[in-house]
Amino acid sequence: MTDMARILRRRRRADAAFAVLGALLVVLCLGVLAVLVVDLVRDALPRLGPEFLDSFPSRRPEQAGIKSALVGTTLVMLVTATVALPLGIAAGIYLEEYARKNWLTGAIEINIANLAGVPSIVWGLMALGLLVYQLGFGRNILTAGITLGLLVLPVVIVATRESVRAIPQGLREGSYACGATRWQTVSRLVLPGSLSGILTGSIIALSRAIGETAPLITIGALTYIAFLPPSPVTSAPPFVSLAWLESEFTVLPIQLFNWVSRPDPRFLSNAAAAGVVLLAVTLGMNTLAIFLRYRLRKRYSA
Amino acid sequence: MSEATAALAARPAAARKLRRSRTSGARRKLADRLAQAVLFVAAAFCILITVGIVGTLVYESLGFFAHVSLVEFLTGTEWMPLFSEPRFGILPLVAGTVTVTFVALCVAIPVGTTCAIWLSEFASPRLREVVKPLLELLSAVPTVVFGYFALLIVTPALQVLMPDLPGFNMLGPGLVIGLMTVPYVASLGEDAMRAVPMALREGAYAMGATRLQVALRVVYPAALSGISAAYVLTFSRALGETMVVAVAAGMQANLTFDPREPAATITAFIVQVSLGDLPHASLGYQSIFVAGLTLLLMTLAFNVAGYVLRKRFREVY
Repeated sequence: MTDMARILRRRRRADAAFAVLGALLVVLCLGVLAVLVVDLVRDALPRLGPEFLDSFPSRRPEQAGIKSALVGTTLVMLVTATVALPLGIAAGIYLEEYARKNWLTGAIEINIANLAGVPSIVWGLMALGLLVYQLGFGRNILTAGITLGLLVLPVVIVATRESVRAIPQGLREGSYACGATRWQTVSRLVLPGSLSGILTGSIIALSRAIGETAPLITIGALTYIAFLPPSPVTSAPPFVSLAWLESEFTVLPIQLFNWVSRPDPRFLSNAAAAGVVLLAVTLGMNTLAIFLRYRLRKRYSA
Repeated sequence: MSEATAALAARPAAARKLRRSRTSGARRKLADRLAQAVLFVAAAFCILITVGIVGTLVYESLGFFAHVSLVEFLTGTEWMPLFSEPRFGILPLVAGTVTVTFVALCVAIPVGTTCAIWLSEFASPRLREVVKPLLELLSAVPTVVFGYFALLIVTPALQVLMPDLPGFNMLGPGLVIGLMTVPYVASLGEDAMRAVPMALREGAYAMGATRLQVALRVVYPAALSGISAAYVLTFSRALGETMVVAVAAGMQANLTFDPREPAATITAFIVQVSLGDLPHASLGYQSIFVAGLTLLLMTLAFNVAGYVLRKRFREVY
């Protein structure tokens, strides 16, 4: 009987030890991240200010800024969203609402799963070999936006499928019973109902695209860009211009990489400041997505 | 029917209405078909992307292998593609990639699995609701920022413990990639474990098992299929990680498995070549596509192995 008591006591001790260990590891992970971020902000402080956002890169570290990188990131994301969102949402709806179970559907599904696992640098090689040289798109904002758009396409597709699947089957059947066609059901019932879920997935996809560096390095995103692309809005009719698509560019992560890989340590606080801005943008977008998802779940469960 | 037609003929307004509703029905059907076609094209486009990726890599690699023998490529121990007498042995790059990945997995798998078990079996639901999104935020940090951490914070910290550690090394980036991939293991592993039916746990508790025993001997084995999917994803991420190693591991190909040394990975080599200005269709240009193809094949091989393992361990309830 005392043996049994001893075994039980040992087991309970192991149990309690693991509870502590797990909590410690979780706190450690989050703590390390916090320390890293605090350190980054501390390195960035001397440079962080309004003129850093509003200056072009420069050979003099104390005058350099991220104006062209901010504009570049915004314009590239415009193209990325234009590519990834319509394609991804359409593909997701097809697979969930229309596709029959046959070999072609199976092939498309395996394909999407595999695309999600392709290393990002390989996307860059595809962009260089196919878009830049075979199709002659050039090393510009258009190529960069398309590359990142295709890269995050699986994220948008998966998010669309999940939120479309969450619409109760009974609603669709009700719509069919009223005589609606499949497209009417999809466009007036399924799509509006799953819109906020799709939005959440799209925000996460774009935040991932903003942080991607490697695929843009291979297409030769220049790092010293002391000018802005032509403005998308013009004063003369037709008031919109697409000349910016052809422009050379730089983006935030590339600018950061450029500064961090310079031998001159004075550029490091610029790198840190660019890192703080990049981190603020991506973490902000992800927090927004988490918040939206939380509100969404509350609405469905209520 | 003819009776109805006759009735309609007597009432021209009703007939017009019916005709209109028939044409609008036809239009709706057309819109339906059109929408289906457009949506199908979007889905099928995904296959085209894969063809584009694989086609580009294979096409450029064929040009490469017209000049370099496959045997030299696979067995050569020197990688100096940009020298006047270039050497194309992929082994040093593979060694660098494997070493960094190994260091990363040594962190990510034990830490991530422990976090996953703790979140799923030990943490209270309210705590889990707070901690899991925070962990997922960790995976939202851009990798180039993690590169900054590896070069300027983690490596200097390691140098305090190991004074001989060079500024560029594989240990710092490996540890950082490990930390970066912990959330994948923790989050996906926790999803898999929570999908295990409650009855299995209750059965084990009824036999007098402790939480730890339930977690390790019942839940973990039952969820192994999903957990191994998380491991495979983590492995792919570590293998293909580019910016952390490009910033912090050095750019020189170096045939070594010692993580304290600097070495280039496959991805870092591609970045290094891309930063220079290499003429199109030169051997050096083609070499980055060969490197990319090697990386893709390594990723694919591991994914297939993971798939086979998952099928073998799958438990059906």
